[in-house]
Amino acid sequence: MHILVKLFAQYREGRFKAEQRDYPEEATAQAIINELNLESVSPLGVLMVNGRHVDVSYLLKEGDEIALFPKVGGG
Amino acid sequence: MADLIYRVNMTNLSFKIEEVPTEWLGLGGRALTSTIVAKEVDPECHPLGPNNKLVFAPGLLSGTSASNSGRNSCGAKSPLTGGIKESNVGGTSAGIMSKLGVKALIIEGLPKNEETFYQLHVTKNNVEFIEVPELVGLDNYAVLDAMAAKYDKKVAVMSIGRVGEMRMNLANISVKDPSGKLRSHGRGGLGAVMGSKKIKCITVDAENYKEVTIADPEKFKEASKIFTKALQENPISGEGLPAFGTNVLVNILNEAGGLPTRNFRAGNWEFAENICGETMAENIKARGGKTTHGCHAGCVIQCSQVYNDKDGNYLTSGFEYETIWALGANFGIKDLDLIAKMDGLMDDLGVDSIEASVTLGLAVDAGILAYGDGEKAYELLSKDLPNGTPIGRIIGSGTHILGKIYGLVRVPTVKGQGIPAYEPRAVKGQGITYATSTMGADHTSGYAVATNILNSGGYVDPLKKEGQVELSRNLQIATAAVDSTGMCIFVAFPALDDPKCLPALVDMINARFGASLSIDDVVNLGKTILKREHEFNIKAGLNSAEDRLPEFMKYETLPPHNVVWDFTGEEIDEFWNF
Repeated sequence: MHILVKLFAQYREGRFKAEQRDYPEEATAQAIINELNLESVSPLGVLMVNGRHVDVSYLLKEGDEIALFPKVGGG
Repeated sequence: MADLIYRVNMTNLSFKIEEVPTEWLGLGGRALTSTIVAKEVDPECHPLGPNNKLVFAPGLLSGTSASNSGRNSCGAKSPLTGGIKESNVGGTSAGIMSKLGVKALIIEGLPKNEETFYQLHVTKNNVEFIEVPELVGLDNYAVLDAMAAKYDKKVAVMSIGRVGEMRMNLANISVKDPSGKLRSHGRGGLGAVMGSKKIKCITVDAENYKEVTIADPEKFKEASKIFTKALQENPISGEGLPAFGTNVLVNILNEAGGLPTRNFRAGNWEFAENICGETMAENIKARGGKTTHGCHAGCVIQCSQVYNDKDGNYLTSGFEYETIWALGANFGIKDLDLIAKMDGLMDDLGVDSIEASVTLGLAVDAGILAYGDGEKAYELLSKDLPNGTPIGRIIGSGTHILGKIYGLVRVPTVKGQGIPAYEPRAVKGQGITYATSTMGADHTSGYAVATNILNSGGYVDPLKKEGQVELSRNLQIATAAVDSTGMCIFVAFPALDDPKCLPALVDMINARFGASLSIDDVVNLGKTILKREHEFNIKAGLNSAEDRLPEFMKYETLPPHNVVWDFTGEEIDEFWNF
């Protein structure tokens, strides 16, 4: 299935900003985090799919947009 | 020697020193400014008249070696909101005032002669009144230059530009930072209050101070070490903020559908990538600016930066998310360099970059200029505003008044203050903060974005009502306490997630004063201060009907989540049940 993967802040370094990528049916958000080795850079801060916060066990569906952020803040 | 109260009377240009009353001994920063304003200022007074007072108070830990303790609070009745105001700032003033032994500087009265502007020069046990006709009509950097020529280069300077002289609602009090640039007592028009008192600048002697005394230096050192470590090891304060600054929030709010766009018509913007923190960091690296920079001595977070243009020339520093959002998504400028140029201009003018920019967003609805017309916006800010032309005065009155003058309904304000950077319909905890804050729509006063969006301090779903009132209440109480210590509010990120952080902060306060406060005592201080401010506001006429978001948010759905503001008045009023 086709998933739009969007990376932010430190996760972009040496990777990409946004890419359409193919994953097997029923892949989880965690599988993408693992595949991209994101937590070697910085712990996961925020995970959103289609603009909603979800858990890493979320089962992805065709056409989903997943956004991954390390721990960030401001104000 | 014990700290003292410095009291200045502008009516007869007199000065006296007072002992600190017992009930003020344990107070600093916001706790002290709000307590003094609540006790000494008639809530019904005109904010620009003879009965308002302008109060400065460094935090409890300011002037010590504690990391991130260099915030100075300024309080008064606000000409923008008509309620109580406290605004705290980095820069060099808090540390120097504390080391000089100034617990608070209270300025009252108005000079009889309306033609003259004064400089107040604060030295150990004295305040000089100096007539400064040569500074009238100048903006902040020219005032800094004049003071640098006159005193030691470390002298603390707090000043107003032309907009403050004209007593406009969006005038800041600007403060010199360690690198000679500017920080702002922003929001609420405190610069107009200083202008009404005919004070062009306040300088604080940096040559003859003593280091602050610490009751238990060993205990202080130990606690300070734990506290600093907590700030440095937290992924937000130790890594994310230094790398990308607060502007990292553009993309995260955009993804969450909470980035107010086109004067609060949508929650995301197709050009977010142009202005985001990642783009800003890339530009800084390529152009030779600085990605890390502290607004005050002793800052270990370094969220600030120096942002240069393509040729490597300085444009601005302290380039914050809220300003970038307001001129970007909300007003429509897609060019980050132009936003930076306007930010630098507003520093020099001493203009609140949130209020001015939210006003520009509404000015599009008023037909004054087109969405995204940065050139016209720059002209309004650089020419009309500081020259006080009629349209400059209208912009300078802020969002709320511009809305009234142009007969607009979609006016994003609470208690007359422009709503910043986080869509209340899509970040509902922040909406509760905007509705109930004693300061008007103020994002810093209870930053529910942390828990609604950033997974800091747990998680409360931003689109649901459940848990938001309690979240905002807890954060507003904690913030009132932190604002009293002199600490930067970003210590809240480690404090929310690291159990060692808050006890170390309380230990430092105890070691500084030889006190034995518990964490509960500090939380109770936060509660007391909030209630004191609320009581002042009610007497000033800001009752529960003012604890409301603009009505259009109740019936206009916000894409992409198609949400409305759905709290009842009774549900919001629950906030004050503590």
